Amino acid sequence: MKRILFFSVPLLVALNLFAKEVYVGPGPNAQERLQEALILMEEGDTLIIKSGYYKFEDGLSLDVDDVTVRGEGIDSTILDFKNQQSGAQGLLVTSDRVTLSDFSILDAKGDALKVIGAKGINMINLKTEWTGGPKNTNGAYGFYPVESEDVLIDGCVAIGASDAGIYVGQSKNIIVRNSIAQYNVAGIEIENSYYADVYNNLASHNTGGILVFDLPDLPQQGGHHIRVFDNKSINNDTDNFAPEGNIVGEVPRGTGIIIMANSDVEIFDNLMSGNGTVNLSIVSYGDETDDPNYYPHPKNIQVHGNTYGPSGFDPDIETGDLAKALFEISGGNMPDIFWDGIVPLSQIIFGQPDDEKLIIAEEDASFLTIKPIKYMLGLSDPTNTNKDDFKGEISPLKEINIETF
Amino acid sequence: MRNAVCCLFLLIFSVNTFSVNSNLILADSFPDKLSEFEFFVDDSAQEPHEKVIPYELISTLFSDYSYKQRWVYVPNNAKASYVKDWVFDFPEGSALIKTFYYPVDERNPDLGKQLLETRLLLRKKDGWEAVSYAWNEQQNEAYKKIAGKTINASWIDFMGDERQVRYRVPNVNQCKECHAAKDAITPIGPKAKNINKDFSFEEGDFNQLAYWMKKEIIDSFPKDLVSPVDWRDETKDINDRARSYLDVNCGHCHSPTGNANSTGLYLNLVETRDINLGVYKKPVATGRGSGGNKYSIVPGKPDESILLYRMESMDPGIMMPESGRALTHQEAVEMVREWITQLPNNN
Repeated sequence: MKRILFFSVPLLVALNLFAKEVYVGPGPNAQERLQEALILMEEGDTLIIKSGYYKFEDGLSLDVDDVTVRGEGIDSTILDFKNQQSGAQGLLVTSDRVTLSDFSILDAKGDALKVIGAKGINMINLKTEWTGGPKNTNGAYGFYPVESEDVLIDGCVAIGASDAGIYVGQSKNIIVRNSIAQYNVAGIEIENSYYADVYNNLASHNTGGILVFDLPDLPQQGGHHIRVFDNKSINNDTDNFAPEGNIVGEVPRGTGIIIMANSDVEIFDNLMSGNGTVNLSIVSYGDETDDPNYYPHPKNIQVHGNTYGPSGFDPDIETGDLAKALFEISGGNMPDIFWDGIVPLSQIIFGQPDDEKLIIAEEDASFLTIKPIKYMLGLSDPTNTNKDDFKGEISPLKEINIETF
Repeated sequence: MRNAVCCLFLLIFSVNTFSVNSNLILADSFPDKLSEFEFFVDDSAQEPHEKVIPYELISTLFSDYSYKQRWVYVPNNAKASYVKDWVFDFPEGSALIKTFYYPVDERNPDLGKQLLETRLLLRKKDGWEAVSYAWNEQQNEAYKKIAGKTINASWIDFMGDERQVRYRVPNVNQCKECHAAKDAITPIGPKAKNINKDFSFEEGDFNQLAYWMKKEIIDSFPKDLVSPVDWRDETKDINDRARSYLDVNCGHCHSPTGNANSTGLYLNLVETRDINLGVYKKPVATGRGSGGNKYSIVPGKPDESILLYRMESMDPGIMMPESGRALTHQEAVEMVREWITQLPNNN
């Protein structure tokens, strides 16, 4: 008996004896009641937002570690920000080890759900949507964890974002899975981030399905170790509706997956189909930058085992340079896979080190890359469409494990 | 003897009545009413306790044209230490007190004012905590508002026009959005450089730093302090005016340690890199905040500069700062417009 007591005491402490469930329901002053509950929560608590339609005028925020905020389902607990008067996002989270699940955020004026600097954030079975369809007045991001670690996005739905539906920026240890991104400019975007697994997602009817980008002049850059697998990036056929000035505004309608300026990226077992410009595009950062710490070219990109359906049948030559250039270079014969072939000058002359080379191990895919010297000098035959020149042994990247809590 | 005890009791009682309630500053929770702190001898008149010293900043954060009165309280026998390029390191039990109000008519102060809220930064044992108290309609008490409050306020401006605003008392989290640096809450205003100016105290006009020394609430301050200019002062260089305004209005988030550091746009006073100041800097996660513009600042072209576009906007999805503003700061927009217009275009 004594022994049992001895063991159960630490167990109870670990579970937090004082953890409680707090309920907030619809009705008068819902905004104030919910915000107050979010502020007064304590470590271990669970806040349940009862099913109902909530209309809010101000953004909500959470800054308490080790808590859960749960709705009663994405079709039941609906947080509507159509009449938002203040706050740059629907819900802002700035604390660690937080689980959010089972509610919807609609029509936020800015971003729908922003998470800054969190160590541990689970976003499970959530939905963010702009309900008026694709418009450049929609908010930029649906799911927007930034500068965070141990990020899990699982079973979520993102619709209508004027930048990216699911966007993970300047973060580490990331899993995005089992989610749906539709009618956004970018469906899923991993930017300036390290160690991400993006799998079993559906990205369709966006402008571009899945983007893996790295940009200069930011606190965290040098994006690397990204695995994109078992996804469907199909029928991305929405005109680009990003407000001008944003990098995704350059993405042509009908791109399946774009890898830009990242290192160590493995793209495998995906289905890319119905993308009118190109199924898979691997490119350098195209603009000038003076950032001495920035590497603008993709390196060690491995592509294997993907399935390619029709693509290139409706290239969007109006948007950005990619589709137009590809259309001209290919003479209208658009490939499934495009690599812009741009490498540093030293590598043009001396060749690429083996561990930086693009590897393509695909059965049925058309391919095109540019031979930079011939292209720059205006010589004939400036392209290479023989993907066998890029055969090599695949060195699989390690699976991402995020700390659970 | 009995009388003496009575007198002593009265004396203790009266001393207690007229001293700041230091225990409450250090307590684990915030009291419900502002008056409990006893910062003021007369709360509704905002007449402070003698240990509660008024001060002003050289350039201030715009808060929808509201007026602000600031006070600092440092407990007896303790001093705040000077820290270079940062706020004074205040001792435990200190308080920074700031009351926001609109005058009924800016042209005539005698017509009185509407007190909106009093924000407190309290230096607890483990660091600063922030809370705000919103004034009641009778204007005789302010109550703790953890979740913030909306006040539909109005006033007559200098031109005689009635102005209206949906004024937001920030919730506790919103306090942190601006007052967080490296995950800890910090004051923004009382850096030595920001208070290096004269103020009319009851005893006369003094430099505030000299006065704080005299009152023994700070340990020191350097003689060769480089202070920002008052951005409203048109005799000063436009670069200095703009940088001073951007520093106090944007730099608390837009700095390498602030909440907006992921943007790479840094507007704090010590920043010198053009790209980080926004010159030909592309936006990162701006969304429709870009207004169709490509760069934060295009020298010579204010109307192509995202920074100005977001200062002008009153749309919560576009405007900057993200919180604490519902109106456009017209005078500052004009000054920043003038600044961008004259910036040399080296591209």
